[in-house]
Amino acid sequence: MGQMIIRDFDIPANDFSVAGEASSTVRKLLSQLGVAPDRIKRTAIAMYEAEINAVIHGRGGKAHVEISGDKIIIEISDEGPGIEDLELAMQEGYSTATDSIREMGFGAGMGLPNIKKHADELVIKSEKDKGTVVTITVNF
Amino acid sequence: MKISEIATLLNAELYTVNHDTMTDIKSACSADLMSDVMAFSKENALLLTGLINPQVIRTAEMMDMKAIIFVRGKKPQEAMIELAEEKRIALMSTHYPLFEASGRLYQSGIRGHGF
Repeated sequence: MGQMIIRDFDIPANDFSVAGEASSTVRKLLSQLGVAPDRIKRTAIAMYEAEINAVIHGRGGKAHVEISGDKIIIEISDEGPGIEDLELAMQEGYSTATDSIREMGFGAGMGLPNIKKHADELVIKSEKDKGTVVTITVNF
Repeated sequence: MKISEIATLLNAELYTVNHDTMTDIKSACSADLMSDVMAFSKENALLLTGLINPQVIRTAEMMDMKAIIFVRGKKPQEAMIELAEEKRIALMSTHYPLFEASGRLYQSGIRGHGF
């Protein structure tokens, strides 16, 4: 893989039927590129969690993905309400999700901790009322 | 166990045709919370759940799972079946509750990996 591969995706707001489509496309692409299965799984889980977060909390957003020979960098950005207390949000079990989100099987407060667990690097930039940018790096 | 053998054991209805009929399923995970499936489940090929929505199939896809069993008689909608066909994930529905479906599989040698 000599050249960097760049992909951009829209993440529609509140549309649970297509939430995960971007992660699914990236997963397929990595498989075609011959990336090791355990690295693909890490990437897929981390990106899917972030994508779901953007749908649930961020009123939708965008995903920008850069794949080079030795790593993938995923930037998921939204213009939602932002994360008020990042330290609290990183704690397992802490969630601001509504009942309707919990009925979908999410909102257990495991999303951000789980991204951290599967990513080699995680950077979260968030500003109240402006939005959140989550940058995930997985090394191959 | 093959997907068809699991369907027979649990008296389950199988909704998909485009899945790996030869795959040998050795482990499973039972949960209604997809957040927990992603956070705690490891190398499990089968998901048993009482939750019915497209994100169950997405979650199974990200976790490299091969089959989903909906318990307590819940049936997937057409859009979910189409999505599962596209992802080559088998969808089944059994009348057994989650505990009993899991127990029957365990008794037949299926184990859980993870947690």
